[in-house]
Parts: sequence; C-alpha cells; structure tokens
Amino acid sequence: MYAFELHHAKSVADAAALLAKTGGKALAGGQSLVAAMKLRLAQPGHVVDLSGVAELKGIRREGDHVTIGAMTRHAEVASSDVVKGAIPALAALAEGIGDRQVRNMGTLGGALANNDPAADWPAGVLGLGATVVTNKRKIAADDFFKGMYETALGADEIIVSVSFPVPKKAAYAKFPNPASRFALVGVLVAQTGSGVRVAVTGAASAVFRCKPIEDALAKSWTAAAAKAVKVSATDLNSDLHGSPAYRAHLVSVMAARAVDAAR
Amino acid sequence: MGASEQGLIGQSVKRKEDVRFLTGAGQYTDDITLPRQTYAVFVRSPHAHAKVRKVDTSRAKAAPGVVGVFTGADLEGVGGLPCGWLITSLDGTPMKEPPHPVLAQGKVRYVGDRVALVVAESLSQAKDAAELVDVDYEVLAAVVSPADAIKPGAPVVHDIAPDNRCYTWGLGDKAATEAAFAKAAHVTKIDIVNNRLIPNAIEPRAANASYSRSDDSYTLYVANQNPHVERLLMGAFVLGLPEHKLRVIAPDVGGGFGSKIFLYGEETALVWASKRVGRPIKWTGERSEAFLSDAHGRDHVTHAELALDKDGKFLGLHVKTIASMGSYLSTFGSSVPTMLYATLLAGQYTTPAIWAEVIGAFTTTSPVDAYRGAGRPEATYVVERIVHQAAVEMGIPQDELRRRNFIRTFPHQTPVALTYDTGDYDASMNKAREIADVAGFAARKAESAKRGKLRGMGYSSYIEACGLAPSNVAGALGARAGLFEAGEIRVNPTGSVSVFTGSHSHGQGHETTFAQIVAARLGISVDAVDVVHGDTGRIPFGMGTYGSRSLSVGGSAIVKALDKIVNKGKKIAAHLLEAAEGDIEFKDGKFTVAGTDRSKTFGEVALTAYVPHNYPLDKLEPGLNETAFYDPTNFTYPAGTHICEVEIDPDTGVVTVAKFTACDDFGNIINPMIVEGQVHGGLAQGLGQALLEHGVYDKESGQLLTGSYMDYAMPRADDLPSFEVATTVTPCTHNPLGAKGCGEAGAIGSPAAMMNAVMDALAPLGVRHLDMPASPHRVWQAIQSAKKG
Repeated sequence: MYAFELHHAKSVADAAALLAKTGGKALAGGQSLVAAMKLRLAQPGHVVDLSGVAELKGIRREGDHVTIGAMTRHAEVASSDVVKGAIPALAALAEGIGDRQVRNMGTLGGALANNDPAADWPAGVLGLGATVVTNKRKIAADDFFKGMYETALGADEIIVSVSFPVPKKAAYAKFPNPASRFALVGVLVAQTGSGVRVAVTGAASAVFRCKPIEDALAKSWTAAAAKAVKVSATDLNSDLHGSPAYRAHLVSVMAARAVDAAR
Repeated sequence: MGASEQGLIGQSVKRKEDVRFLTGAGQYTDDITLPRQTYAVFVRSPHAHAKVRKVDTSRAKAAPGVVGVFTGADLEGVGGLPCGWLITSLDGTPMKEPPHPVLAQGKVRYVGDRVALVVAESLSQAKDAAELVDVDYEVLAAVVSPADAIKPGAPVVHDIAPDNRCYTWGLGDKAATEAAFAKAAHVTKIDIVNNRLIPNAIEPRAANASYSRSDDSYTLYVANQNPHVERLLMGAFVLGLPEHKLRVIAPDVGGGFGSKIFLYGEETALVWASKRVGRPIKWTGERSEAFLSDAHGRDHVTHAELALDKDGKFLGLHVKTIASMGSYLSTFGSSVPTMLYATLLAGQYTTPAIWAEVIGAFTTTSPVDAYRGAGRPEATYVVERIVHQAAVEMGIPQDELRRRNFIRTFPHQTPVALTYDTGDYDASMNKAREIADVAGFAARKAESAKRGKLRGMGYSSYIEACGLAPSNVAGALGARAGLFEAGEIRVNPTGSVSVFTGSHSHGQGHETTFAQIVAARLGISVDAVDVVHGDTGRIPFGMGTYGSRSLSVGGSAIVKALDKIVNKGKKIAAHLLEAAEGDIEFKDGKFTVAGTDRSKTFGEVALTAYVPHNYPLDKLEPGLNETAFYDPTNFTYPAGTHICEVEIDPDTGVVTVAKFTACDDFGNIINPMIVEGQVHGGLAQGLGQALLEHGVYDKESGQLLTGSYMDYAMPRADDLPSFEVATTVTPCTHNPLGAKGCGEAGAIGSPAAMMNAVMDALAPLGVRHLDMPASPHRVWQAIQSAKKG
C-alpha cells in the first residue's frame, strides 16, 4: 500500500466537499478499494471515509418502496426483517455475496459505485428497477450502469440511498465462479408494476437486461419459458471459467431457476 | 514392540501441538524479528522469457531506507541451485542440467523469476525501492506446455538443451511389452493430461537470515520441511559455507505439501546478502509471489496403452509421458516424473510387462517439483483411468476387472523395479465396497435421474511407494543424497524425555505421534515427552519430511534409539539390583529381575545415570542419551481402494461428490485421529485436482492466468462431501513399527476415483474423454460436443 491521507467525513455535504477538494476516493466498506490498494493497484492520495456519516445508514419501508442507505452493510440487508418481508429476493442476494467477513464490511453503495461486472447488487438494482438517490439527483437504474466499472456518478457525487419498488415476485439465482465465487452468471427476475424485468450480472462487461427472457416471461411466467430462450452469446465474457456460449446458456438456466424460486 | 500394553499405541491422543496453534502461540518464521532487522523484496520478471539487457539499481539504491540492492551481477561466482537427482537418458547421457541462478544471470525464464534483491529498513521502503529498479528486457517467445516445448522450432529455454529436452528416460522392458501387445485380445488406449497444480500452503514461504561477525557464522530461519537438506544444499553447493557455519532453523511451518522441501533462491540470496549488509534480512512471500514462484506440481501429458487377454488379464502396459520441468530443475524436479512415477505403473496388478518412456521438458513456467504424492498420483491416474476405460470397453464390471489382476502373493517383484513386501488388495476393495454401499448404487442412480441428474461411480485401487528410501537403492537410481533418518532420545535426570528427530512437522502431528511411541515404550506419560525438530543446531543430521516417510523412517529411528536406551537402562538396573543383565526385563516403566518382584523404575534408573554414585563407572558411561540412524531396507507400500460417487447437473455441468469412501492400508497405526486427518486433507487436495484446481499459463504471453484465488479454484469446505474413511491392516514387514505412511494416500488415490465416477456418469451421453479438472464449464462443453456427435 502506498501512503495516503485519510479523511473522516461527518456528513454527505462534508464528504462531497472533501472529494471535490482532494480529488480522492470515497471509502465505503473497502472490500474492493482496500484490496486494490494493498496490491498497489490503486494509489489514491486521499481517501474519504464515509463510515461516520449517519444519513447514509438505515433500511426503511416507505409505502410501496424499500429504501436502503448506501452505507448499509450486506449483512444488515440480509438479516433485515423489513427487506425479508418486502423483497425476500434482495435479502437472499445480499446473503450470497462474498463471505461473512465481506458481508459484514461491504456496502450496497460501495458495490454500486464500483460496478464490478460480476457483482450481485447491480443485478438487484437493475432487475427491480430501483432508483439510485445521490447527493445531487435521482438516477433510474436503467440509466445508472454505464459499462465495466463505469456508472453515471460524477466525480464528487455520492450515493445516499437506493429506493427499491416492492415487486410482485422476484428471485435472484447465481451461478458462482468456481474460484472466486463471484457471479459467473447471476440473474434477477422480477414481476414489477412496470412489467417483467430480468437483469443479468457476471456474463458481460456490465450488468444488462435480457429482453428476450423478459418477453418470454411476460407471455408465460414459467421456468420452462425462460429456459427455452436461446440467449445470444455475442459480447459475453470469455475466460478460463466459461465461454460466451456457456454463459449464454447459463443465463437461461439461472433465469429459469430464479422463476422457480420467485415469491 | 512391547508397547501396546501401555495402551497408547492406536489411541487418538489429542494433538499436543494444537494448544499453541489454536491459541495463536505458534512461532512461524515471520513471527521472528531480530535486533536490527531489515526487510527484503524481490524484483521479479514480468515476462515469461526475456533477455536482461541491463539492470540499473542506482535510483533504488538512493531511495529512503535502502540498505542494499543486489542483482545477478553481484552474485557472479556464486553457485547455482543444485538438482538432487541425476536422471540418465536412454542413450546413456546424463540429463541436461542448466544453471539455476540465485538471481537472474542475463536471462529470465518465467514470470516471477528473481531479478534483484532490495533490502531496506522497512518493508514498505523495500517495496518502494523495488519499483525504482530499472530493468531493460528484450522479450522472447514463451512456451508453456511441455508438449509444445519439445516440438521442432519451439522457443529454446536453455542453450544447453536446444530441443528443450532435459532427458528422455525409460523404465521397464520395451521388447517384452511389445511382445505382450502382439498377443493381446484387446488394447485400450487413452490420452490424458495431469493438470498443473499450485501448492498454496497456508503459510507462504518465508526466511530470515543473519550473519554473526563474532564467530563468522550464519543463521537462517526458513519455512522448510528439511533443514539439514536445506543447509547441505545451500552451504556445500551454492555458497561454499561449511555446515558448522550455517545453522538452519525451520520453526513452526504452516503446511508444505512438498513445496517447502526445496532449496529456493530467495533464502539463498538472503543468507548471502546478510553478510554484505551486516544485518538480519527478512522476507515473507506474499500470496501473489507464492502463486508465481513456489514450485508447482504435476503437469504431465500422457499417452498410454493397455494390452489385455480375452478374459481381461493385463498383459502389458505402455506409457509415454511428457513431463514439465518448468524453467529450471528444482531440487527433486527430475526424479518426480521418473523414479517416483514410472516405478508405480504396475499399480496393484500383476501386469507382467511394462514399458514407460518419459521426456522431461523445459518450459517458460515456474519450476515443477514434488507436490503431495509426487509422481505417484500421476501414475495412479494413468493406471486407474486406463483400467476403468478397459473395463468399460470389455464390458467387465469395474471391481471384477481389478480383482482379476490383483497381486495376491508377496513379496511381489514388479516389472518396474519395486518389490512390494505385503498387502491385501481384496480386503481394502471389499471393505470399501461395503461402506460405499455399492449394492444400493442403482437405486440412488435412478433417484438422481428422477431429478434430472446423472449419477456415476468410480474406483481407484491405488498403490504408492513411501518411506523414502533405502539409500543404496536410491543412490543406484541417481539420488545425490542419503534417505535415512535420525533420532535421538535424551532422557533427562528426572525421567522426562526430549526426542530430537530429523523429521520435520508442519501439520502432521509428529509432536504427538512420536511422543506416543516414546511414552508407550518407556512407560511414561505423553506429557513427559517433548519432540524437538527443525533446527540443525539441536537435532542430529536428518533428511526431513516428505514422501510419507516420517513415521516409517523417522519413527523407526526413534524406535532404534529407544532400544539403545532400554538396553543401557537394563545394564544400570542390573547393577542396582545386583542381578545379571540378561535377567532384567523392562515392562510398564519398570526394570525387573525376571521371576521376582525386585525392580527399579525408569525414573530411578534415569536419575542413577546422571547421579552415578552407585554405578559401574569402570564398564559403563554415565548418562542416558542415545542416537540412532535408520536406513530402510525397502520402500513401504500403502495401498487401498477409493470409491467415489458423483452427481452431475447436465444443465450447468456442476459435479457434486455425493459420496466418497476411502479404505486404506497404512500398516500399523499409532494415532487413528491423526491418520484420519491426514486422509481427509489428502482427499481434499485430490478433489481439488480432479474438480477445481488448474494452474494455467497464457499460451502466447506466458503470463500466469491463475495467479490468485480469483481464478485458481481452491477447494472450500462446502465443495467436500463427508468422507467415509476406513482402514485395513497388513503390517509393513521391514520396519520395527510395521508402519507404511499415510500422508499422501488421499491425494494419490482419489483423483482417479473422482474422474472415473464423472466418466461413468457421463457415459450414457456418449462422453468419451474429459481431462481434469472436471469444472462445470468443461463438463458442459463435453456434453455439448457429445450431443453434436
């Protein structure tokens, strides 16, 4: 790790000011940033720690939405009665992230701002059609994820919370990479007020919605309908753990399993 | 051995060492910080193969806190790292032994090759300075697969081996084997790859070297499995230091699996530099460095053919293997795919004619050397995969074909040099089948099918040669070292005992097993026995721990030293009891005049030895302290049958080990709990090889693609089934404990059982071939290819 200056933000406004002034990196749970710093792959001169910002925390039900503060840890989401009651798919998704240590440190906001192509949260946010609330604006999930490690966030823009509309039914099914246990393919299926949504993580350079499966499930909400869709392998990731064809196949299989598990 | 009456032999005594391990009181190399400590970082090659045009250390030397920066140029005249086993090619020429420099001399040959050593006041200063070492590379083409390396026109790794061949070696009888094939009713052929593995001990390699001006001597703390071998190789072959000026201490070591047998350049450079900088230097490898620079295992490409008569009797086996040496010859790299591999190709079978040919190939990858099982897993994999395939092709049940070929008379001379002393292969097969509930398999398979899953069963009836090794036999085969073991029993005046053993413990529980042997024999408590190992300054010259040798060889040395203690004790007791020495019996901790109730306790005799007031000083030295060296007369032959049941999800290719049974014959067992733990660990590593682990280099760039746990799949607890482990016993005939060794069996026997189960499950879909690891992606691809026909 290279030397850096650590700042403890007191509020969202304070954090934004520190980021603007120093050009540093925001530190949420640190499960990606700190690891990269330890390997000397990231070398921010300034780090702005968000863990002391009270307004970024908490989970609350607001009418037909569940709002989760950006600094809420995965483990808190997984064990939240509010989340388990309203959107059990989300609690299950959080419970499947990394290992216990990661879940106790990693945060929703950190995962979204990082937008790792194999992270689970982007599938949850995009699949449920959530709204990302920042210190500057509200961003619809469909506009938030821009590409590999890329989001719509500006330089000193901070995620404050995410607002999830409660779906009629949803589930997340992940096929883990045998080595890292990140999603080789993770699929969230949901019946929402605005129709069927299917979001896929791990398979491509960033999370995406799978239109052919959405259409098939809109016609027939069955596992068989999802499995029958032949997903295109074009632009899907290729590595030691899976060819594009394998990943395309797994998208249908995992979507079908999610449909079976949806409640 | 007169000990079982003590009730300690065969008892699952809890591991004495676990108290310190589980309470964080272990002392590993990195825990040791010396006065005026400095810290080292190695600058490593980012290229698989390159000429080093220039190394400029001026910026690094000027960096804050830097104590010294050294390159290959500083080490000119220092020897290279030696190889401990000479293999002679079929044409009679010795293997090609290219120099293996401590720091690169003009060329780098794998990603991670050591280019420079940076020493600084702190680790972060050393890291900062390492980034300032400017190396001008001329990048050359890489070659990563051993099969590619021996093709004409492949990039040349070493000038002295322009065809990248270290050796072309053979074992067995080629003419007899050809004759056997000529009369075969059936020939089964198989092409297999034994996947490259990366060891991943939980404690990375580490070293802390210091030089003392007061007596011109060096001390090296190092995470190592055999400190005397380390000292001999480093002192005599590389740095030119006499043994009495180099003390090597291997303190608590967090796992080795072979990878810490070898002499590496890192600790050698540290010892050399410690005198130059006049301060102790510590280096602890990071996990990324471990992936790149620990010696890897396996990496074979093999074509094998088995000739059978019409009844399934094996007539001959022909094996041709290309084995990767990696970039340089590691300490025992040359012997693993030859002496430790081809000698095991008879397996448990009477195959009368075998011919094995092995080409050792240099590649631009990390050196390849012994990794848990070392050659024997590769041999078992060849034999048991081809036997499985032959049974399928001939329509003979798996167990039946094996039984038709089992060796049943002992001793048995195989056509590949070994003489098996004893065994009962039917017994372990029968017991394994019973525990595995083979009879219920059909019902379980049908139940799986109802859920859309494919179920398969696979066998592996393995054998290994352990207890390395009869020194004269090993020497005749090219070993450049003896393979005895040493043990010293130091009875203290008040009757407690310190045992000094050359066998190093880095997870095996020697401190308990050896204490049980000593306590049982002397009639004292296990707590009165301390086992000391891992320090050339304290223990007699020993050869260390590998090849499942600690109990059968190291334990036997302790037994021999105990014999001497008891014999001397009898002399002392005879004097005290005024009886003839021949009338003294020793049992349950008491020296008794036979047929009387007159006796002296072990404690009384010990005290008398050190307070010799009433003592036959004219005939007998005082003290009770004996050393023995034990050189085995044969290898030991642990063997057994493993039966694996897998369930495969054809939708995803996921293989789940539903059931795994291991029935092993390790000879006599001292501590069943420790043995079971060793088997579990070995099976976990076997499962890792069969289903998960694969060290992969990029074909073009030579970069290690599996350089972290993001891509290298280590087994996790939830990948493993609940293993069913059992034993049968035929005591080893030639060592005093009747023990054979258990450390490697799990890793040797299990991969073939798992892959045979996978092949059995996939057979109905028409899948004919699959290499390890049977990852979901590979299994799914194999199913898709079979569908296409």
